[in-house]
Parts: sequence; C-alpha cells; structure tokens
Amino acid sequence: MLSFILRRLGVMALTMVCLTLVVFFLVNLEPNLRRLSISQIDMRSSDAQIEQWLVNNGYREPFFVRYGQWLGVVPKQPVTNDAGEPQPRFSYCSGPMEPSYSGILQGDWGCSTKFRTEVEDKLFPALAATGKLMFWVMVTMVPIALLMGILAGMREGTRTDRSLSVAAITTTATPEYVSGVIFTVIFASWLGWLNGSAASATNQGITFNNFTLPVMTMAIYGIGYIARMTRASMVEVMTQQYIRTARLKGLGFSSVVIKHALRNALIAPFTVIMLQFPWLLTGVVIVEVMFRYQGFGFTLVEAAGNNDIDMLLGCSLVSVFVVLFTQLISDVGYAYLNPRIRVQ
Amino acid sequence: MQLEYLSALQILTGVLARFWPVWVALLIVMGASFAFRKRLALYGELFGNPVGVVGVAICYFWLFTAIFADIIAPFDPLGQMLMMKDALPGAIEAESGQAYLFGGDRLARDIFSRTIYGSQIVLLIAPVATGFALMVGTTLGLPAGYYGGRIDSFLSFLANLVLAFPVILLFYLLVTPGIMETPIPYAMAGLFFLFPIIFFATLFYTRNKHRPVLLAIQLGLTFLIGGWIYAGLVFDADPLGFIRISPNELNIFVAVVFASSPGVFRIVRGLVMDIKTRDYVAAAQTRGETPWYIMLWEVLPNARGPLIVDACLRIGYTTILLGTLGYFGLGLSPESPDWGTAIKDASRLLRAYVHPALPPVVALMSFVLGLNLLADALREQSLKD
Repeated sequence: MLSFILRRLGVMALTMVCLTLVVFFLVNLEPNLRRLSISQIDMRSSDAQIEQWLVNNGYREPFFVRYGQWLGVVPKQPVTNDAGEPQPRFSYCSGPMEPSYSGILQGDWGCSTKFRTEVEDKLFPALAATGKLMFWVMVTMVPIALLMGILAGMREGTRTDRSLSVAAITTTATPEYVSGVIFTVIFASWLGWLNGSAASATNQGITFNNFTLPVMTMAIYGIGYIARMTRASMVEVMTQQYIRTARLKGLGFSSVVIKHALRNALIAPFTVIMLQFPWLLTGVVIVEVMFRYQGFGFTLVEAAGNNDIDMLLGCSLVSVFVVLFTQLISDVGYAYLNPRIRVQ
Repeated sequence: MQLEYLSALQILTGVLARFWPVWVALLIVMGASFAFRKRLALYGELFGNPVGVVGVAICYFWLFTAIFADIIAPFDPLGQMLMMKDALPGAIEAESGQAYLFGGDRLARDIFSRTIYGSQIVLLIAPVATGFALMVGTTLGLPAGYYGGRIDSFLSFLANLVLAFPVILLFYLLVTPGIMETPIPYAMAGLFFLFPIIFFATLFYTRNKHRPVLLAIQLGLTFLIGGWIYAGLVFDADPLGFIRISPNELNIFVAVVFASSPGVFRIVRGLVMDIKTRDYVAAAQTRGETPWYIMLWEVLPNARGPLIVDACLRIGYTTILLGTLGYFGLGLSPESPDWGTAIKDASRLLRAYVHPALPPVVALMSFVLGLNLLADALREQSLKD
C-alpha cells in the first residue's frame, strides 16, 4: 500500500510539472505577452517600448530558464532601473534584490499583475472562500443524492424508481449556467425570497439569503450523477445472494436495506463523490462568476482574462493538485472500504 | 409609439404555428420509424420504451429546427429593430406586422429567431466535434487497451494529463483571440483531423488486404474525401471552396475535441481490456489475424453498445461545453445567436428583464435532456440483450 501511494505521488508530481509547463508555454505566447505589457505600461505604447519593457522585466530570457525561475531551480535576477540599481520587478510586490532562488519550491508563488499583490495573498483567501462554498455544496448534495439513489435502487422498476431516475437525468441535463438562471428567475426575480447575487457573502459573511442560490445551483448538477451511480450500485447489491438469505431468514425489508444492503452499496458512490471534485471545479468557476462570489473561480477568470501569468500558474497548480489528490483519496479509500481489494 | 401585444394564447399558437415544418417532418419520420420498428434493430427497439420515444422525439425536434431554421424564424437573428429594445413577449413589430414572439433582447433583436438560429450552431458543432473526439479516442484507446504495457502507460498518462486540467482553464488558455495569431490551433487541428483518415484507412486495409482492387478503391476514396475535407478545414485551401471553417470555429472545434477525446480514450481502453479476454478474440489470434484486424473487426464491433450510449451522452456534454464557452464569451463572436452567448447576455440583466433568458435556457436544457433520455433508453435496451 505504501509503495502504491508513493508511486502515485511520484506520478502526481510529474503530472504537475508537465501541466505547469504547458500552462507556462501557453501564457507566454507572443500575443499574450504583448497584452500583458500593454496592460502594464500604456495603451498607446509603441512596439519598441513594449519590447523594451519585456526585455527589462526578463520576459525575453530563454523559456526553460524562466520556467526554472518560477519553479525555483534557477536563481531569479533582480530588475535594474534606469540608474542601474536593483529594484523589484513590480512596484506592488517584493522582488529579489540580488540573484536568489525564489520560486514555487521555496514558497514564493510570484506576483499577480491583475490584482497588484502577491499571488499567495490573493489566492489563499479566495481558496478559503471557495472552500466554504464547496462545504455547503457537499453538505446538501451528498445526502440528497444518496437518498435518491437508495430509494430508486431499493425496488428496481417501480414507479418511484422510474420517476427518481427521470429526475436524476433531468438534473444532469442542467448545467450550472442554466439552473442558475432558472433559480434566479424563480427565487430572486419572481418570489423575491433570495438574493440574486452572493457579492455580499464575500465581505459581510454568509447568510441564508445570499448563499442558497449558489449552493443550490452547484449541487443540482452533481446530484443526478451521484444518484444514478448509487442506484446502479444499490440495484446490484439487492440481487446478491446474501440479501436473499437475509430476506428468507425472515428479516423485514427495511432492516435488510439498512443493515445489509446499504453498507455494500455505498462503496461505489464514495469513489464517484470523490471524482466529482474536478467537475465541481468547473462549476465553481461558473457559479462564482454568475453570483459574483469572490472565490477561486472568480480569481481564475479574472487572471485568465488579463493574462496574469503567475496567478494562472498558481491556479492551475492548485486545481491540478485538487484533482489528483481526490483521485488518490478515492483509490486509497476504495481499497480501504472494500475488504475484497484490501486483502489482495 | 406604443407597442401592441399579442395575448398569451396568441403567442402560444403563434409559436406552434411557426414550427409547422418541424411538426410535419416529425410526424413523417416518427410515423415511419414506428411503422417499421420491427426491422430497424436497436433503433426500432427504442420505440417500445416511452423514455426512448420522448428522447428520440426531442432530438429530432431540434434536428429539424436546425434544418428548417430559415423557414421557422421570422426575423434575421442579427437584425435590430430599434423600437423593439427589451420588448416583452408578443410585441408586434410595426414594419413587418410580425410579432416578436418571445420578445426582444438588449439590442432589440428577436429572441425567438435567435434561439432558432442558435440551434444550427449547436447541432453543427456538437455532433461533429463529438465524432472527431470518438475517432481520436478510439484510434488511441484500441492499441492502449489491446497491447497494454508501455504504450498504455504513455497514452494513459497523456489522457490523465488532459483530464486533470479544469475544463474552464483549458478553454481560457486555448480559445483566446491571441492564440489564433499563432500556429497552435492549426497544428492541433492538423493532428486531430488526421485520425479519421488513419482510422478508415486502417479499417479498410486490414479487412481487404487480399483484395487489391476493392482495397485500392476504398483507400483511394478515403484519401480523396479525407484529404479534401482536411485541406478545407486545416489549410482553408479547399479547391472547390465548398468546405471552409472560420478561424474562430476551428479554434472552438479543436478545443472541444481536445477536451473530450481523453474521456473516449478511457472508455474504449476499458472496453478493449474487457473484450480481449473473450474466446472469439483468442480464436482470431489463433487464426493468425493481425492485431489491428482484431482490434478493428473483432473487438470494436462488440464494444459498439456502450460506445453508442457514450456518444449520445457525449454530444449532450459537448453541447454543455459549447454553452460554457458562450457563457464566458470565448471563441464565438459576441453577436453569435448560440445559446451560451444568449444566456450570458441575458443573465447580466436578469434583475430588469427575465424573458430574454428563458428561451435559450429551455432550448439548451431540453436538447441535452433529449440526448440523455435517448442514451438511457439505449442503455436499457442493450442491457436486455
């Protein structure tokens, strides 16, 4: 088991390096660099000025040297001003005054050109905000989905099963930007019960009014998928011999379901729920933009729209980590929960 | 000047009447399918299942809407009638005497017509992009599952790499105006569009190796048609000028294929690993068939059930992806009538006007729902066998 986890961690590190290389390559394409320099100096600057700015700030150094600097295996060089004195690259961030190793490995995430602050000062509060959203989404989504799946799969082919299945299919056909609009129209525009925006949740704290719509919108897309997986797993368990044995020895239906079926039926959904995180990441972006909640997704969109190189790299690092880490947890957890695999 | 309005009932009948070519086509096709359902194999069996009938009907509805969009839509999707800015549903446009059945949007365009024309964009890009993704995923998934070992590890690593990207970030990096100045989209398109040609060439070659005349005809046709489409799509150099794609659309197309082929790859790989342990594969191996013959003519036909179901779901997922692109204003022009862009425009003004948001929302949802119901019914039917 330990060697399995170590191997997975190795693959994870390799994947992260590859992905950040790809992102680094894409954000450093010539048109993107021009866009960045124009946003940093002046709209009407000439080509020569842009080129000068890019050279001065080290954007013209070889690709792998710059990637190495970001990673922290190549020393970062200070930027010199007109008088030849070293100064930080951006006035709003601290930068190296003398050549030093300060990259992601040393814990320096770089400088956000869009938010005009250090990446870690912006990214981690945003992650915390998104964490709150995710927590409430999980708290509502998982029990509802499991309940739907268990009720549907308990007695296959009944009317409850059919209607719950159709409901589950419907929710998987409603992406966040669709359900978000529908819920806002119903609950904010027509009924006026809830806030159509979660902007106040960022600074004034979460309330039922401003947080219900984002949570609902995000939960609804995932519910269907988890419910269908739970149903499939439940249906399979209910046809097993040990369920029949339990029924034949005279146990009531409810006690068979709760004591014998549930435990075995919930192993598969655990994996599915863990693997939902990557999907939730996309959902987070849509929902946060739609309801103006300043979390990770909002930051990502702002950074991407302004080609904020260090921030984008930080965002991709975080999201790749989340995706791969949940995969690891789901594999390890599956082996832990399922004795048949654990013994092997 | 005061606008005149239709009543709710008139709007309803008006909408139903505008769709007349769709109803006619739907009646003919559904009637014919139902009458001959005994002879139509898997497709015919769908008509024995209410979920399947509903799914097929919704898919056909949008297909015919896209085909007959010019007849159904009363107005130009980009045409602006100043009077009709933010007009409520049923407002009558004075010049033509036609009504804006679902009202007008922020730029005084007819929402009904835009929704109808939006279906053309979605129904053109989503199935074709899914088709390409299936080709890429299948061509790479077959050897990965069949050979295993190094090839499998390498291809799986690549697939997981792409899957580990959050889709939105991928789109923000790949679908930008800047990237179209670089050769990247064209290089990727050149790579992806090669796969169908490789796939069909291998398919025919492995089957008809010993029948040179037939093989020559098939390969000739594959390269001719494939090369023609390839030249038109990638180099924009179609000699007849018939097949062409705007750089914007090519960029979207490439990004969508890139994002969804790893999913196909994983499914195909899993199916092949399961199927290659069957007796008929062992029999083919004993006969001395080549690996690619076994993959394409023994394994793939037996994996078609789950693949068809996945294709249906995937078209729906691609539709959602296209909507996401539109919602973030990536790739498609801001004028474009596609559903995602319409939802983006409308959702910003939701406080003031609700009506522009609802038609594209319902359209997108119903189309994806139709595909999901279809996939569900297909899965149920294939499980029965």
